[in-house]
Amino acid sequence: MKKIEAIIKPFKLEEVKNALAELGIEGMSVTEVKGFGRQKGHTEIYRGSEYTVDFLPKIKIEVVLADSLLDSAIAAIVGAAKTGKIGDGKVFVSPVEEAIRIRTDETGERAV
Amino acid sequence: MGRMWIKNAVTAEIGAILTGELGSTAGKVELARLQTRIDRAERRCACDLARILLPFHLSSQKSEGFTPKTHMLKKIPLSGVLAVAFALTGVVLTPALSFAQEPPPGAIAAESVEVVTTEVAAQAETAPTEVEKFWEGRTAELALFTVNNLWILIAAALVFLMHLGFSAVESGLTQSKNTVNVLFKNVFVVCMGALVYAAWGFNAMYPGGAWTIQGIFALGSPIMGSVSGAEAVANLTSDYAPYTYWTDFIFQAMFAATAATIISGAVAERIKLPSFMVAATVIVTFLYPISGSWQWGKGWLADLGFVDFAGSTLVHAFGGYAALAAVMLLGARKGKFVDGKIRPILGHSMPLATIGVFLLFLGWFGFNGGSVLSADPIMVSFVFVTTALAGFAGGLAASFTSWILLKKPDLSMALNGMLAGLVGITAGADSIAPWYAVLVGVIAGVLVVVSVLAFDKIKIDDPVGAISVHGICGNWGTIAVGLFGSGALLTQVIGTLAVSIFSFVTALIVFGLVKAVMGLRVSPDEEEEGLDIGEHGQEAYPGFVPNK
Repeated sequence: MKKIEAIIKPFKLEEVKNALAELGIEGMSVTEVKGFGRQKGHTEIYRGSEYTVDFLPKIKIEVVLADSLLDSAIAAIVGAAKTGKIGDGKVFVSPVEEAIRIRTDETGERAV
Repeated sequence: MGRMWIKNAVTAEIGAILTGELGSTAGKVELARLQTRIDRAERRCACDLARILLPFHLSSQKSEGFTPKTHMLKKIPLSGVLAVAFALTGVVLTPALSFAQEPPPGAIAAESVEVVTTEVAAQAETAPTEVEKFWEGRTAELALFTVNNLWILIAAALVFLMHLGFSAVESGLTQSKNTVNVLFKNVFVVCMGALVYAAWGFNAMYPGGAWTIQGIFALGSPIMGSVSGAEAVANLTSDYAPYTYWTDFIFQAMFAATAATIISGAVAERIKLPSFMVAATVIVTFLYPISGSWQWGKGWLADLGFVDFAGSTLVHAFGGYAALAAVMLLGARKGKFVDGKIRPILGHSMPLATIGVFLLFLGWFGFNGGSVLSADPIMVSFVFVTTALAGFAGGLAASFTSWILLKKPDLSMALNGMLAGLVGITAGADSIAPWYAVLVGVIAGVLVVVSVLAFDKIKIDDPVGAISVHGICGNWGTIAVGLFGSGALLTQVIGTLAVSIFSFVTALIVFGLVKAVMGLRVSPDEEEEGLDIGEHGQEAYPGFVPNK
């Protein structure tokens, strides 16, 4: 099993979710996050004084899936979230040791 | 005479319609039938109205009538004629439009006789009170008095609504961790303000000639009075005003708390709650009525010929300069000025600030419109127009000024601009012509942006821009009356400076004493944590996760 953590632009969430759903992926967790990479922040102005906003709003999607689905899922996320402009985000993949469905006590790939 | 002319014109019009609909002969018959009924209805209703309006407007021309503050005297003959014409048009048109459904004339007559008999029987049962005796046979006067009185009461309620506006603006333009504290101060100020005004301020501000020091200072006392007997009648005479003593008090009481609310915004996010409560109470109780009496209590400024229609100086500049004194003693919020740079402290809700400004705008129709002190149709509508135009012009001017000076159109500046325009026109809303009112608003809108930036430059930290909006634009509006309105320029300058200096110096003393005895500022730790937890142990948004 693998976990994909994808940091994407907030307005791309719907497209990414649909692309993953088409692969038969049945669940995901989504968090509103703030952060910066090479895009850096931007300056804003309030009552005549400028200030910099370093942390920009992004969406983090977490999906745990069977190894067999990994490549197609990554392709789906990257394909849906890409605009080609700086700030599109990143995808991280890590191994997952175990998964348990609380309701049924099922474990492993059957639980995700 | 206008009445006959309108009646003839309407009759001719209806005749033409009937002839067109029914043919020449049948049309004429129908018109004649209608004519009889109109005449009967006119005798019953419209002539009654004309009969009661006529002696009133004759007597009001003879005697002094209402207080000279209003423009009622000049307007009554015209409005009287208009009222008659309007009533007559209604009487003529209503049967013409609905004669098909009306019961036969006999039924109407019988019905009205019955109503009259019942009324007479009811009156005979109880002896008339002194108030009823006062109004006996003066139905038109009573009607006009009631309308005037009702309008000032509505205006008082609108001014009360401004406190909701202030609450929203101040909490919107400050941080979410201080919202409970900001709202609490607003609650306290409006409750305290009206009560101390009843206990002392009203009679200190309107001494009615009973000065302690002629034209400068009068001692206050609690409001008194009864709603029955000779006292109630004395409050109804035209010697008093075209509204009751109670109306007079409640309208002015709603104004009184405004001065302290202006201070509340400027000192937000770092003042100790008990210190603010003590200082605000002293200022509203003792100081606001003093400078108020100079003008509205017919003191030395009024003698000088100073003009301040609804309080650009007496309310707004007074509050603005007291706020300036408080902010100077209090210092800037932590983190506002770091290493010689201005670091903005963001307001937490622009929607709330916008709601607040729109509520204030609504309330201003009462603030200025009620200051006509009667329901005079011409003056109230004129004041509505000048007030609104100046407010809108101020909003646009501040929008574009911020766009030009700051590269972006700043919403908070546009909101300040609307208020600046309203404060600006407040002194001359009854005497500045509409396009000059627009000019007053435009200048106020530019002035407020420049002033907010300038106060930031000299490290006067005013989170909501109250000093600029109320103080600086209050001065401007008062001077504008000397340029475009009914005042003399020099007198206007003297008046607004006198009140501003009085307010600044006395507030400096009050806040200085409070600082020496109780301290003014919360601890740096509390300021970081937020005054909601520090002063109140409460949160405005439990479970709310701030964006930072």
